[in-house]
Amino acid sequence: MGAVSRYFSAIGRTITTLGDGLAVTFSYLFRKPITIQYPDRLPRPLSQTLPERSRGILEVDLDICTGCSMCAKQCPIDCIDITVEKQEETKQRFITRFDIDIGKCMFCGLCAEACPSGAIRHSHEFEGSVTDARRLVLHFADRARPTAKPPKKGAEVKTAPRGAIVRPLLGQPDEPYRPPVKVALPAPPAKPASEQPAPAAGEGAAKESSDKKDDGGSK
Amino acid sequence: MHSIYQAIEQLSLGPWGRDILFALAVLVVAAAVFMVALTIAGVLVWVERRVAGRVQSRIGPNRVGPIGILQWLADGLKLFMKEDLIPECADRPLYRLAPYLLMVGVFGAFAAVPFGQALIAADLNVGILYILAVTSLSAVGILMSGWASNNKWSLLGGIRSAAQIVSYEVPAALGVLSVVLLAGTLQMNGTEMAPGIIRSQGGWPWQWYIFHNPFALMAFFVYFTAAVAEGNRTPFDLPEAESELVAGFNTEYSGMRFAGFFLAEFANVYLMSAVATTLFFGGWQVPGLTPAEMQSSPWLQLLGLAVFVAKAGVGCFVVVWIRWTFPRLRVDQLMGLCYRYLIPIGFACLLGNAAYLLLVPAGSLADNVVHWATAAFGLLVLALFFWRVGYHLRRSGERLDLDLLARGRRGPFEPRWQHRAWGAHRRQAAKEA
Repeated sequence: MGAVSRYFSAIGRTITTLGDGLAVTFSYLFRKPITIQYPDRLPRPLSQTLPERSRGILEVDLDICTGCSMCAKQCPIDCIDITVEKQEETKQRFITRFDIDIGKCMFCGLCAEACPSGAIRHSHEFEGSVTDARRLVLHFADRARPTAKPPKKGAEVKTAPRGAIVRPLLGQPDEPYRPPVKVALPAPPAKPASEQPAPAAGEGAAKESSDKKDDGGSK
Repeated sequence: MHSIYQAIEQLSLGPWGRDILFALAVLVVAAAVFMVALTIAGVLVWVERRVAGRVQSRIGPNRVGPIGILQWLADGLKLFMKEDLIPECADRPLYRLAPYLLMVGVFGAFAAVPFGQALIAADLNVGILYILAVTSLSAVGILMSGWASNNKWSLLGGIRSAAQIVSYEVPAALGVLSVVLLAGTLQMNGTEMAPGIIRSQGGWPWQWYIFHNPFALMAFFVYFTAAVAEGNRTPFDLPEAESELVAGFNTEYSGMRFAGFFLAEFANVYLMSAVATTLFFGGWQVPGLTPAEMQSSPWLQLLGLAVFVAKAGVGCFVVVWIRWTFPRLRVDQLMGLCYRYLIPIGFACLLGNAAYLLLVPAGSLADNVVHWATAAFGLLVLALFFWRVGYHLRRSGERLDLDLLARGRRGPFEPRWQHRAWGAHRRQAAKEA
């Protein structure tokens, strides 16, 4: 190949290769961008599109919680705080406090692994920012909840959809802090099945003493 | 604008009154042109970022203003608020002066840009020469900023820029010269009796100078490549090569001075597209209308403006698109391209055009056939290009997405933080209490 033909073939190659490069980038103008326009321009909330096993903020379904406190024992940083009280009259155990400090939680998932009924689990929620750090402690027991029986092996446990419990607890970022409601045991009923909260000052004091006893017992 | 000056000439205000009024009118026109140029530069910043986004499978700024179109105002405001730092050992007067020289070099050229038939600040009889001359001032500004910053990156950027601009001035001038040869004038608009570069073209593509003959087509590519290189745009952005020189000559600049460099760069993109439109693409000429017909109606004048801005806009898009496609040249490749390829081709174009003018009588059948054939060749290349685009689209296997602005729809759900003013809860609690 002579110098002259090399010169002109260089020009030819320049034009064709650059032109094809331009065609490639031009074709990208008609392809869908992969950007996700979080948070407001999405067809569904991002939490619903996360992978099944992603570990979001912890939540507890107290309807199926056995009150065994295995999660609190497993937690390496003690961010779970559970109180189980026994009603002396009916011998029924109630969960009166189930607090998770998501400010401390490191999302390791050990608690969910330890749970015998699958009551504590990671939701897909991750938007937990608040303007008051005290609000990072989530209080799941809004009233005394009777403990559930541990499920039989292989039995399917009915539970609320993932995230449905924790989402209302997170609230809006700028909501003011409200101290948690004092949870009292229900009054000993004639029929043991009812669960009506009947807070009374005298009873509350009695419970606190039983609280300590119960704590000792559960350990 | 010419008619404004003429009207002032005719007013009987005495020598002083007329001069003062004339000076005022010139100032107003200059301010208007400056504002228009600034706005164009600002919007171009947004266009560049949106195109870059799409090319890289992103979206780009789309939140400030309707489709993000006010992003440049937000950026400008941010830069305006920033501290204006001057390095300790900098040459302070030169350091301060440099961005202004660059801006004068670019924005000064807008005086001779014909936005429309009547919309030209000064239809100089040496219009295109004036633009070539004034834009050379930016080389001084860049070299000055590189030197005055007292920074190795800046100095290297300034030196590279000076070498580049001086080299590429030659092919750019050769490309322009081909058109000057065809038009026989340096004036942009001209008049009915003495038509300038735009008036001697027509509205239809085969009447444009780019399709005048094959040599003119080549001259366009020589001019366009050289203009991109003169504007320090990728793939010729060695003076501000981010990966080697931080930001080149404007490394040390911050705040409004940096914004000056930035706006000058983008105004220059529009300027080179506008000059290319004027020289090669028929300027404001509307297909099917003669300049005399357009003169009668202000609406047709506005149509001419729209046509010009649309053509220049396509040019700007191409410049932006090139930036996000091609990798940067090495210094020796840059100089090789200029001296081994562009300058010889530029001279060949000049000679070819001269020979064409000598051999083919203007307006003859042969002349028209050449126009048609060249335009058909251009169309063929364009069709080939779009075929390649379709090929790449098909090969990617992706669905065609024609939502070019990628607006995205607001979801049916209410995400956290949205639709609720800050502190709404506090106010509600206060109201309840």
